[in-house]
Amino acid sequence: MNFETTIGLEVHVELKTNSKIFSPSPVEFGDQPNANTNVIDWGYPGVLPTTNKGVVASGIMAALALHADIEKHNHFDRKNYFYPDNPKAYQITQAEKPIAHDGWIEVEVEGNKKKIGIAEMHIEEDAGKNTHERDHSYVDLNRQGTPLIEIVSKPDISSPDEAYAYLEALRQRIQFTGVSDVKMEEGSMRVDVNISVRPIGQKEYGTKTELKNLNSFNYVRKGLAFEEQRQQRVLMSGGTIQQETRRFDENSGKTILMRVKEGSDDYRYFPEPDLPALEISDDWIKEVRDSMPEMPANRRDRYVNDLGVTDYDAMVLTQTKEMSDFFDATVNAGADAKMAANYLQGDVNAFLNDNHLDLQDTKLTPDNLAGMVKLISDGTISSKMAKKVFKGITEGNEPKQFVEAHGLVQLSDPAKLQPIIDAILADNQQSIEDFNNGKDRAVGYLVGQIMKQTHGKANPQVVNKLLIASLKG
Amino acid sequence: MNYFDKDLTSLHDDLVNKKITAEELTKQTFANMKQTDQTTQAFLNLNEDEAVRTAQEIDKAGIDPENLLSGIPVAIKDNLVTKGLTTTAASKMLENFKPIYSATAVEKLAAKQTINVGKTNMDEFAMGGSTENSAFKVTTNAWDKTKVPGGSSGGSAAAVASGQVPLALGSDTGGSIRQPASFNGVVGMKPTYGRVSRWGLIAFGSSLDEIGPITRSVKDNAVALSAIAGHDDHDLTTSTKEVPDFAAELNEKTTVKGMKIGLPKEFIGEGVDEDVKNAVLAAADKYRELGATVDEVSLPHNKYGVAAYYIIASSEASSNLQRFDGIRYGYRADDVKNLEDVYVKSRSEGFGDEVKRRIMLGTYSLSAGFYDAYFKKAAKVRTLIIRDFQKVMEDHDFIMGPVAPTVAFSIGAEISDPMTMYMNDILTIPVNLAGLPGMSIPAGFSNGMPIGLQLIGKPFDEETLYKAGYVFEQNTDFHKKTPELGGQA
Amino acid sequence: MANNISQDQVKHVAELAKLELNDKQLDYFTDQLGDIIGLFETLNEVDTTDVPVTTSVSDQLNVMREDVADNWNQKEALLANAPETENGYIKVPTIIDESED
Ligand SMILES: [Mg+2]
Ligand SMILES: [Zn+2]
Repeated sequence: MNFETTIGLEVHVELKTNSKIFSPSPVEFGDQPNANTNVIDWGYPGVLPTTNKGVVASGIMAALALHADIEKHNHFDRKNYFYPDNPKAYQITQAEKPIAHDGWIEVEVEGNKKKIGIAEMHIEEDAGKNTHERDHSYVDLNRQGTPLIEIVSKPDISSPDEAYAYLEALRQRIQFTGVSDVKMEEGSMRVDVNISVRPIGQKEYGTKTELKNLNSFNYVRKGLAFEEQRQQRVLMSGGTIQQETRRFDENSGKTILMRVKEGSDDYRYFPEPDLPALEISDDWIKEVRDSMPEMPANRRDRYVNDLGVTDYDAMVLTQTKEMSDFFDATVNAGADAKMAANYLQGDVNAFLNDNHLDLQDTKLTPDNLAGMVKLISDGTISSKMAKKVFKGITEGNEPKQFVEAHGLVQLSDPAKLQPIIDAILADNQQSIEDFNNGKDRAVGYLVGQIMKQTHGKANPQVVNKLLIASLKG
Repeated sequence: MNYFDKDLTSLHDDLVNKKITAEELTKQTFANMKQTDQTTQAFLNLNEDEAVRTAQEIDKAGIDPENLLSGIPVAIKDNLVTKGLTTTAASKMLENFKPIYSATAVEKLAAKQTINVGKTNMDEFAMGGSTENSAFKVTTNAWDKTKVPGGSSGGSAAAVASGQVPLALGSDTGGSIRQPASFNGVVGMKPTYGRVSRWGLIAFGSSLDEIGPITRSVKDNAVALSAIAGHDDHDLTTSTKEVPDFAAELNEKTTVKGMKIGLPKEFIGEGVDEDVKNAVLAAADKYRELGATVDEVSLPHNKYGVAAYYIIASSEASSNLQRFDGIRYGYRADDVKNLEDVYVKSRSEGFGDEVKRRIMLGTYSLSAGFYDAYFKKAAKVRTLIIRDFQKVMEDHDFIMGPVAPTVAFSIGAEISDPMTMYMNDILTIPVNLAGLPGMSIPAGFSNGMPIGLQLIGKPFDEETLYKAGYVFEQNTDFHKKTPELGGQA
Repeated sequence: MANNISQDQVKHVAELAKLELNDKQLDYFTDQLGDIIGLFETLNEVDTTDVPVTTSVSDQLNVMREDVADNWNQKEALLANAPETENGYIKVPTIIDESED
């Protein structure tokens, strides 16, 4: 029997705003428990929500980045359920009329390009956090009311690799809008997954299972791959799939049954009466569109076609908006594009990896990187000296000043080099004879002597030229 | 001090002319309250120490001669949160709850230098029409202690009617200001939805709830509404329309001449008590006599109002009251082993039967498989009810009718029969569904119990209602009668 | 009329609402709710074809707050009102099941 797989992804993305979606409390993490909460966040009797305009603007931008249609007349709904991290016992979300629908993003798997549809995208509030201990749980409402967008895929994803590529593309596009950090490890991107398989040719979808505890894109791929195989095995052996939630075990790479779903949850959605409906004007959409940063695909095209960067380099440079912005700024500051690209994905990336840093958390600046690249291009420093200069600019030094302060300027002036060459030649008659006898090795020896004499500052190309001229002289 | 012979204007004159200080007025108010409230049981919680302190501060600062409310004692319904002052919504769930912020309406009244003397009894979470659903006490009608004061703002209405305070705030989701005002022979205004901020009003039906004043005269009511109304950044549903000085045009020149009044035939039909009906017809004649025209109109979907209302209000309430879960504030049951116990026991012990009934009705109306048949259907019928009003308002200045089908009934008579109780709201509910302003003014008596006349206006046209109410009041004597407190059987 | 809703349905609704009913309550609530739901059924008489819903009568549309953070510093007062707290957290008895978001 041959099977086909259908995967659905629901992705929650935390928006970077100053204040919460329905209360003015600051959106900040790492503070003392409940420090960033007020009566609204606690669902006090008598409180009312107020919609944060910045959240709606971010939602519009995310929707545009996902090629989605904006629902001009949309509203909030209440989703009712009890849980300690959900203080009102309802979440304000969008159910009936989400802010956007029918988007898509393009992914590439093994050289094949495919558009994956996005059914809808809505804005909603995040819940607080519970910490569980043996007899008690502890509730911190700092996260309560943090703005989220939820992006729901269409049933277009047909393999774990496609799911991975979809998440990567989604993360990248959202990240480039700047509305979120989209970091799974920090919880600003969270993924809910469901998967079903069916024999090829069967019309209706198979029974789906939900997977939990998928804390990285890799785990999503692994968990889905395991679950795909498991479901196929069950069906091939004549069994049936239950509607259930399964937990991915990071150690074994397997999925383990958590609970079987009995019927569907009853969230009793209804329109939120405390908030006036939203009416999103064409002007507003245009304003957001005009302020939207260039998307990664467009940047890649520009890098390859206008700047002569290779496809591979362009891909690496557009992994994050920070890297891409840094590259653009470095080129704008006058650096050779190819050299800047090499440095960013070579020395810069190695430096970030070694120190577990993000670009924006370093002292590196596009101006300083461009300055260094220019010094290399115009021969002021050798690529060997550049290693020292690079270390200097990671510490925040201006490259030209650094080079001067550390005496790293290359000696390229023939008027200064010629007397040194003459002196070395005078001391090495044997080498001159060797050269005249056709032993080219002698040149290497003499250059070495000159470099030694100049403490490595002599420009090897210039030395070579002058030396040969003298020898032939 | 009882407030039978004094209105805001005369009290203000006495304060400005230093015939009495705010402190003396406050102390006398408490002296009378303690006497009178032994019978009416209108108050849940007195604010005596702070009230006297506030009065002393106002005396020190001086009575503002431009502000009729300066130094005036007021009472607040106990579903409006008051910072530091226990606020219970008459529920065991909030028995010892001390809010850490105040409702906008409360703050606006305080900014006008009023003195909050205490919190009034009500039906638990404003659910009910007799104040018998209070978890704490039974308030009696100011006119007959064997009769209900109406509800859910029964405490506020009884406090004003019995002369304990000249002004009290109430809230009205389906008639909860107008009906108790009617039962107690005082003036109660439910303003247009969005006229007064709901920030700090413990939510019942969020698309229906509105705060309004209860007073002994129309003009006093107008003064109070101007004080509490207006846009509030905390409540995005509040209108940005300017708030008029509603009392400014209430004087000897005020007239209803040329006004067109609609009297819906459905409002004086089956189920409406004969005395009530006759009082309304007499009021219509009075208006004609004063130069207005009154003609019969129809609100064909009115009869569906009760069903639509109980679906919508209960649905919203079921969601609004989920926050009372024993975790962050309020009542938590003692004997709990796990989280489920905290929820179920706290809620089962903390809520009274009427609240549970509405929560279950609302939960049912929203639940999977029933949403379209109940909630959505009701929301569509609501549209038709609104259209009925719009049609009549196209060529009428306002609508008149009774507030309630009967006068106040006996304590205990209907409490075990929720259906009958719900049907009592048939004449007030459509006004909330449509978000219109509605006012109750005294218009007669039946067997010694007051009858209220309801005036219903266009959205944000409270002004017309106040004018019409004022003219009626100036030309009738019903409001001059006062109950003989303490003398009833 | 009481057959507008069954005891099992009332039990289910009570469960959703986190309410516990004893046998006596279950009896009378089933009767009362049945009567009221019977009243709800009268709405079926109304033709609502092409009638839009009304879920708010506010005259406001598209009103929002600017994205400016303001900490009201209510943490201590909020915690003081909670039935049980520890180290700045709200404390609750064991949560048996993980919910979804
Ligand atoms: Mg979801
Ligand atoms: Zn969500």
